[in-house]
Amino acid sequence: MADYITTIGLEVHAQVLTASKMFDACPAGYANTAPNSCTSVVSLGLPGSLPVTNQRAIELAAMTGLSLNCTINPFSIFARKNYTYPDLPKGYQITQYDQPLCRNGWIEIHTGAGETRRIRIERLHIEEDTGRNLHLEDGTTLIDYNRAGVPLMEIVSEPDITTPEDARLYFEKIHQILTWIGVNTGNMAEGALRCDANVSIRPVGQERYGTKVEVKNMNSFRSVERALVYEIQRQVGVLESGGTVHQETRGWDENREVTVGQRSKEFAHDYRYFPEPDIPPLRLSESWIAARQEELPELPDGRRTRFEADYGLSTQDAGLLTIDRSVADYYERAVAAASEVGGSAKEVANWVAGELFRLLKEHGESYLVLETRMPPRHIAAVLDLLAKGTITRTVAKQVFEESYASGNDPAQIVASKGLSQISDEEALVALAHEVIASNPKPVEQYRQGKASALQFLVGQMMKATRGQANPQVARAVLEAALEKNEEGR
Amino acid sequence: MSGLKPTYGRVSRYGLVAYASSLDQIGPLAWTVEDLALLLQVIAGPDSLDGTSSHEPLPDYRAALTGDIRGLRVGVPQEYFVEGMETGVERATREAMDTLRALGADLRDVSLPHTSYALPTYYLVATAEASSNLARYDGVRYGPREAGETMWEQIERTRGALFGPEVRRRIMLGTYALSAGYYDAYYKRAQQVRTLIRRDFEEVFGQVDLLVTPTSPTVAFRIGQKVDDPIAMYLSDVFTLSANLAGIPGLVVPCGLSEGLPVGLQFLGKPFDEATLLRVGDAYQRVTDWHTRRPAL
Repeated sequence: MADYITTIGLEVHAQVLTASKMFDACPAGYANTAPNSCTSVVSLGLPGSLPVTNQRAIELAAMTGLSLNCTINPFSIFARKNYTYPDLPKGYQITQYDQPLCRNGWIEIHTGAGETRRIRIERLHIEEDTGRNLHLEDGTTLIDYNRAGVPLMEIVSEPDITTPEDARLYFEKIHQILTWIGVNTGNMAEGALRCDANVSIRPVGQERYGTKVEVKNMNSFRSVERALVYEIQRQVGVLESGGTVHQETRGWDENREVTVGQRSKEFAHDYRYFPEPDIPPLRLSESWIAARQEELPELPDGRRTRFEADYGLSTQDAGLLTIDRSVADYYERAVAAASEVGGSAKEVANWVAGELFRLLKEHGESYLVLETRMPPRHIAAVLDLLAKGTITRTVAKQVFEESYASGNDPAQIVASKGLSQISDEEALVALAHEVIASNPKPVEQYRQGKASALQFLVGQMMKATRGQANPQVARAVLEAALEKNEEGR
Repeated sequence: MSGLKPTYGRVSRYGLVAYASSLDQIGPLAWTVEDLALLLQVIAGPDSLDGTSSHEPLPDYRAALTGDIRGLRVGVPQEYFVEGMETGVERATREAMDTLRALGADLRDVSLPHTSYALPTYYLVATAEASSNLARYDGVRYGPREAGETMWEQIERTRGALFGPEVRRRIMLGTYALSAGYYDAYYKRAQQVRTLIRRDFEEVFGQVDLLVTPTSPTVAFRIGQKVDDPIAMYLSDVFTLSANLAGIPGLVVPCGLSEGLPVGLQFLGKPFDEATLLRVGDAYQRVTDWHTRRPAL
């Protein structure tokens, strides 16, 4: 089998999180509304209605472009894409064609192997979403126009992606940035963020690209990767058996885990694009663009680098703590709270990225509950109890977990459950003798000079105190007791 | 009747069923220019529901009707006096120009060199936009529908049965002009020529305050008379299309009869200078009575 080079480009469609639709005052928040209840004369394309540009959608799209390192075009125009389909009430979609809002951007992805790769972005343009067709089994088609006219950004990458994993990472990064700056809900199940891929393969040594196939209907990060893995294998199989790959659109069948041919590009639409006469060209001044830049928060990559530099975090922890803006904000609030009791940012990172994320996963909860489950002052309290020697590290984990589950203050939990660390030698002497008496074999091994036997006996002490014994003190008391025991023989 | 086609953007198009969006403009029709002024005052002005409506200040149109047009520079574009114009139409137009001179207007010859391109340009731009604007009449969401076995058949039948022949012809023309491979030669070219036509007017309005022209080479033809000869029918519009392409205002008032039918006199003005057009039209109607006469039908 020959070696092949894979070329992938992604088109991401992202709804813009605005109060109203792209071209009129009709509410855009159609999720959880009855079919066709979220419509207007404009979004239904009724005669006499006219589109008026939603200024906020333009602002948010420009902010998205800036966060994707794009150039914002000071002059861009809307265009009509003409085609007939029942979910498109006007018979054309208002979009942008040869003069989009943004061009020439890039983002960086961080691979599992620890490499950083830059993927260029060709363009970002604004358009309106279509309605939705629901095809019933009896052949009837129902149409819901609630989605029609919702503002949409199309983000088109250059064909810079070479593996399915990178495609997933790119899509994840777009998701991270868009939700981070608050322009998109990130809800793929509701269709707020969607992804299509163009993929082709060519034998190593061949200059010209292979025939590209468009893959649609990938509704999760995982399905992007899985669909591309499948599609590349399929294309390799076609070429290896002496066939040719046809230019076509294929849909990802999630259940069967295959791509299925949809419609041939030979019958490609002629969309008859022309400038939208109902909407004047978009002219954006330098100061307007500067204001959008001002409006942007610190972006995930910048924050991650800052976490590494300012807090001494590992790249991995810094990455985990900037996975979502709410997480990063939460982490920094916890750092602030901890610093008041002398806790370090690194310790906070260990607790949040380690214990807290584990608990979230265990409970199947999202980042949104962080603040209520574990308010920053509770993290600070755990660090304080540890620093003061009130509890051992083992007990701290237990307290942390209880606090997560009950929402109670860690100090209260320690007090009410009597979980304070036992550092008092007197209190541990009797226990040491008990442990020695009931573990003759390890005691014998210890005497024969086996060091790990002592560790085992200390472990028994900790177990008996349910982790409350100060391990150093326990060890000293145990050694003393063993000596005494020896003498007494 | 007298009629005013305001500057593009002067009156909101919201609620107007779209034909050619970059040309469509609502205007008043009335017995007198004074009535036009009163009506325009009410319908003109910005509208947040039409992104192309203008925020230009709105003058008091009634107050502009002073009856005094002395010294006003009125251009007479030579390209508008063409071969094949009905003699009755040309005679009435020339007489009206004499009346304007008598009122103290300063008439002078000017040139709009790209005038002959207006007709083909208009029919490319208008039909292209119409082919898109009329796409919504597919019977899916709005209006009546013809039944069909499948969704596509239903749409095809609806459009085939309910659009008339002239509408279908224009949709076909416009679709062709926008098609891949033809766009540059037709639609894009038409937009470039449109810019030249607009520049013709900008240039000439540096020399004169307004223009006076005939409205149509002939008087009204009978209903259905030119259905089989669309080119001849389209030629009737040859003098009025430029104002739409350039987006400038135009006023038409009756100025005589030819073969018993009314002849119109057209004034073309600077963008958003409807006031001057109305002032001239009103001054003309103060000294003539053509607007009060009715043809014997």
